[in-house]
Amino acid sequence: MTYKQQEKDLLKVKKLHTGFYIEGKFHHAIEDINLEVKPKEVVCVVGESGCGKSVMSLSIMQLLPKGISKISDGEILFNGEDLAKKTEKEMNKVRGRDIAMIFQEPMTALNPVFTIGYQLQEVLFNHSNINKKDARKRAIELLREVGIPRAEKIIDEYPHQLSGGMRQRVMIAIAIALHPKLLIADEPTTALDVTVQAQILELLKDIQEKEDMAIMLITHDLGVVADIADRVIVMYAGQIVEEAKVVDLFTKPKHPYTEALLKSIPRMEEVTDKLNTIQGVVPPITNMPEVGCRFVDRCHKAFDSCKKVSPQLGNVNGDQHLARCLLYEKCYPSDYSEEKEEISL
Amino acid sequence: MISYTLRRLLGMIPLLILISIVVFSLAKLMPGDPFSGEIDPNNTSVEYIEEMRENLGYNDPIPVQYQRWVTNLAQGDLGKSTTYKKPVMDVILERLPNTIFLAITSLIITYILAFTLGMYSGRKPYTLGDNVIATFNYGGIAIPQYIIAIVAIYFFSFKLGWFPSNGSITPGLEQGTWEFWMDRIHHVVLPAMTLGLFSTASYTQFLRNDIVQNSQMDYVRSARARGTSESAIYNKHILRNSIIPLVTFFGFDLATLIGGAIITETIFTYPGIGMLFINAIDTRDYAVVMSLTLLFSFLTLFGNLIADLLYGVVDPRIRY
Repeated sequence: MTYKQQEKDLLKVKKLHTGFYIEGKFHHAIEDINLEVKPKEVVCVVGESGCGKSVMSLSIMQLLPKGISKISDGEILFNGEDLAKKTEKEMNKVRGRDIAMIFQEPMTALNPVFTIGYQLQEVLFNHSNINKKDARKRAIELLREVGIPRAEKIIDEYPHQLSGGMRQRVMIAIAIALHPKLLIADEPTTALDVTVQAQILELLKDIQEKEDMAIMLITHDLGVVADIADRVIVMYAGQIVEEAKVVDLFTKPKHPYTEALLKSIPRMEEVTDKLNTIQGVVPPITNMPEVGCRFVDRCHKAFDSCKKVSPQLGNVNGDQHLARCLLYEKCYPSDYSEEKEEISL
Repeated sequence: MISYTLRRLLGMIPLLILISIVVFSLAKLMPGDPFSGEIDPNNTSVEYIEEMRENLGYNDPIPVQYQRWVTNLAQGDLGKSTTYKKPVMDVILERLPNTIFLAITSLIITYILAFTLGMYSGRKPYTLGDNVIATFNYGGIAIPQYIIAIVAIYFFSFKLGWFPSNGSITPGLEQGTWEFWMDRIHHVVLPAMTLGLFSTASYTQFLRNDIVQNSQMDYVRSARARGTSESAIYNKHILRNSIIPLVTFFGFDLATLIGGAIITETIFTYPGIGMLFINAIDTRDYAVVMSLTLLFSFLTLFGNLIADLLYGVVDPRIRY
């Protein structure tokens, strides 16, 4: 990849492979993930369920369940340090302080038997020598910052006394408590009402500006992407299939999968009885095709080579628009030649 | 919470009435009556027995007998023990401290063992240590208590001589002295461990499973995401949640430990309520049997109430 290094990357993931042991066999859930997040940038990762978005974000945080999953290859450089090589103890210093994360399910993300205040102050106690009084003061401040009314009361309440949107605000308050440089948000609005979704998104945007932090937002909602992203990464079946600036992606999508995703957004002005969908499902990680494009069975532009040649991620339109599709010359593997294929046939 | 407690206590009244009817009927259905105890062996003429029956009210209609029993009961008069020739209340109060002492010791041993083992197993599931503990637990649950008691006496009393095999105290010690209390503890340890084995095993296994389950919860992941250490996650976040279901057991324990010590107390000839109960059945001392059955029923109800109230303490989602 030939990115112009205007700014040093905050997060740089190189050749990341993560997988799970399923019935004694190791299967990759994500393969060869290369990406970077620059300071203050909002990067959205999109893709349908099961494409490896969450596995990727949990890999960065080293939060995948131990024993059944493993980062098998690759580097996760955060400020130049490889997180994949850090011990659990060292990671604990990074989590919550340098990188924070919020999750999809605000209803279950908070411990039901501890107060909001306890869980909010915990992040402060984990990373600093703050005393109890100051921690409480800071916690109330944080709750106000994320727009929670009656903060001095809410702090002593339990999660079940709050609505889903309020809980997600609490999660955000916990996440920004120590001014992290990167916030990973794994579908933060998926479980919420539409109106609340918009509020939470607005809050994230505000905070991103105020705190000057970078956000990696994982979502399958393209409306959210259009609203907030600087750059978009499209994932399919454990691979990055397209990466572009948000405007380029929406106006000039290059990968047939991205095109299909964009087409599946219902439009107000169109009168239609039927919603556009992409036929079929993502292949399960236990049954990934070894060669060829992983989208081939669902692709309306597929041709012969798609089943035989594994496309590479290549620049298809200027140096910042990458795609993984054999429609583009630059995506053929470097050792590929037409003749070779003719012979093998 | 106070109004809830009061409501629950009031709700117990009809239940207790029902229980008293059942207990009374059961006593009436049992064969024989305690006449061997009340009749002078040198004067056993049929007329005399009839006279005694008449005097003691055995010929009255059953509802009248029940009413008399309940009235006395409500006034705190449990009747007279035919074996001990003393008011039943005195007989029970004499034995109760022994049983409570046994129950508390057993509970302490259970809790210490179950929490240490359960937390270890829950944190390191499917390891060798966890499997060894699980094997012991399933053994403890599967082997009947009377076998465990006999094996324990054989090894720890006869072979090793660490603990006495019967009684609650060595005769001749002065009450209240240091030696007196040490001797009591010395006597109570073996029966307490036998008594607590079953609940230790089930507590441990239950706690372990609950910890394993809780460790996969979302809130654990979000606690990790804010840099909470592994020990804080297990000892605070998870444990605090896993205690909640254990509270139910505590309520049951209250009743089973007082009443359920029958087998253990009998094998160790430990003079508590359980042994009194067995002896009373043997000698057809119905006043004692009825009073104790009533006590056990009451303790079960009371234990449930305590468990329900404790839920409110440990789980903030439950408020009365």
